[in-house]
Amino acid sequence: MFPRIPMLSYDVVVIGGGPAGMAAAIRAKELGLKVLLLDENDYLGGILPQCIHPGFGLHYYKEELTGPEFASRLAKRLVELGVEYKTATRVLEIKNYSDLEKVVIFTSPSGAYQAWAKAVIYAAGARERHAFEIGIVGDRVSGIYTAGEAQTLMDIYGIMPGKEIVIVGSGDVGLIMARRFALEGAKVKAVVELMPYPGGLARNVMILRDFNIPLYLSHKVVEVRGKGRVERVKVVRVDENLNEIPGSEFWIEADTLIISAGLVPSVKKLKAIGVEIDPATGGPVVNDRLETSVPGIFVAGNSLLINDLVDYVAEQGELAAEGAKEFIENGGIESRKWVKVEKGENVRLLVPHYLSGDRDVYLYLRVSKPMEDVELRIPEIGKRMKLPVVKPAEMLRIKLRAEEIRKAKKLTVEVVKA
Amino acid sequence: MIYRFTCIVCPLGCSIEVEMEDGKVKEVRGCTCPRGKEWAIQEVTNPKRVVMSVVPVEGGALPTVSVKTAEPVPKEKIPELMKFLSKLKLKAPVKVGETVAEWEGIKIVATRGA
Ligand SMILES: Cc1cc2nc3c(=O)[nH]c(=O)nc-3n(C[C@H](O)[C@H](O)[C@H](O)COP(=O)(O)OP(=O)(O)OC[C@H]3O[C@@H](n4cnc5c(N)ncnc54)[C@H](O)[C@@H]3O)c2cc1C
Repeated sequence: MFPRIPMLSYDVVVIGGGPAGMAAAIRAKELGLKVLLLDENDYLGGILPQCIHPGFGLHYYKEELTGPEFASRLAKRLVELGVEYKTATRVLEIKNYSDLEKVVIFTSPSGAYQAWAKAVIYAAGARERHAFEIGIVGDRVSGIYTAGEAQTLMDIYGIMPGKEIVIVGSGDVGLIMARRFALEGAKVKAVVELMPYPGGLARNVMILRDFNIPLYLSHKVVEVRGKGRVERVKVVRVDENLNEIPGSEFWIEADTLIISAGLVPSVKKLKAIGVEIDPATGGPVVNDRLETSVPGIFVAGNSLLINDLVDYVAEQGELAAEGAKEFIENGGIESRKWVKVEKGENVRLLVPHYLSGDRDVYLYLRVSKPMEDVELRIPEIGKRMKLPVVKPAEMLRIKLRAEEIRKAKKLTVEVVKA
Repeated sequence: MIYRFTCIVCPLGCSIEVEMEDGKVKEVRGCTCPRGKEWAIQEVTNPKRVVMSVVPVEGGALPTVSVKTAEPVPKEKIPELMKFLSKLKLKAPVKVGETVAEWEGIKIVATRGA
């Protein structure tokens, strides 16, 4: 016989103690719900404590903070409110018995537990794409890290991952890592980017100029060689269809390769209970309360879609908590008619997918290609917004009023030449 | 001498050109607002950055605390500042927002507690 697993009981269990989960737990507690927050790290904050650069909180706190500062503000509020939380605690499984009966199974240093909950808010963040996923072959050597691993080593544990560095990917994360390495005295030998334009914000691209770091656009790293440790990486140029150009290969000597090739929402435990996933975002299909296709399972933050601003992540956490409150009170989330939101021209991803029309909503979207002098249009309701520039790297957030939403059965969002 | 860069003051991202002659700004082209112009001139004549790093801490929950300068530092002084920071060692408790050191009149502030 197995020992009996202790059984706890809550209104809401929040999975993940990053900004999305903390904001959700705070809001749920403020709304009078009995809430438990779980995180597998030893500390709260998710990835924020390792993002020591400024650039967080301009919307949410109207102040420019570093990642750890943003996290500690949320953590302080959480503690003040007396929100129950457990760190070093890993959620293994969610069980969905019925709409108001879920069980979250987790292990913590004091043993295994299961917690009953009427609603679950899933805020487990994202995972990083690794070297194999982007087709890098070669020797099995040490010295290959994802950006997040390198950042944790450097900015949590104070350990330099290497001296001569090649970074794959020029998104914000790759660029910010380039600056951290350069500041700490490592030599960043190259940032290699597959696309013909840099992936990050202009303010972060400037970092390359600050430290004279070469940026190879339309190039990719294809191979790593070394004995025990990375010694050199092979780079090749690509054409406009991203095909490798024969004969354009060259080698760069380096002891470390950093993969910063994007994030993917972490949704394994949601898939296991049959939550419908949107192939464009990699996260769940949701309504305007951020409820997934499984009633009572809500999602927020990078598990919903990859956000570039922590402010939006916290906002989504609060929205999910409000949804959970409504769900618990009414035994479900009802809408007379869901209005479906569809992607039109130059829209790569769009969240939420269904709108009720009984509340104002923010739509989050990303375009597929960079464009200038454009208009965001929703033809069904005659909405038009001028935008001077749009870039895939910058998420757009637009507000729709309930009255606007109710005007149509379906809404198509497109970004077209003005 | 002409410097070209993308403005970072707001998301518009104007392409700015600053023309310099004998170490003086002659003309600024491409910006659409006065804030951008001011930034571009500062960027060419005296660029400054907020600097961040981590410092080892004894007796905390994590082995380091993160720190930042309370104000932007002239760019050419950054390597010197980094050398200063690399010699710092702290002891817990450290509070978020606490000044943990000072360098040439610039406060070094903890951004994580320990
Ligand atoms: C290098 C970098 C730079 C960035 N720069 C900026 C910036 O300048 N400005 C800005 O606004 N944003 C920035 N961001 C983005 C911002 O940090 C993220 O959008 C935000 O932190 C995502 O929050 P989250 O709560 O969704 O996920 P996370 O912070 O990833 O938190 C998820 C948490 O869930 C936990 N978890 C996962 N699975 C389980 C499980 N099974 N059981 C228990 N716990 C689990 C994890 O341990 C983690 O703590 C940056 C991100 C990175 C990586």
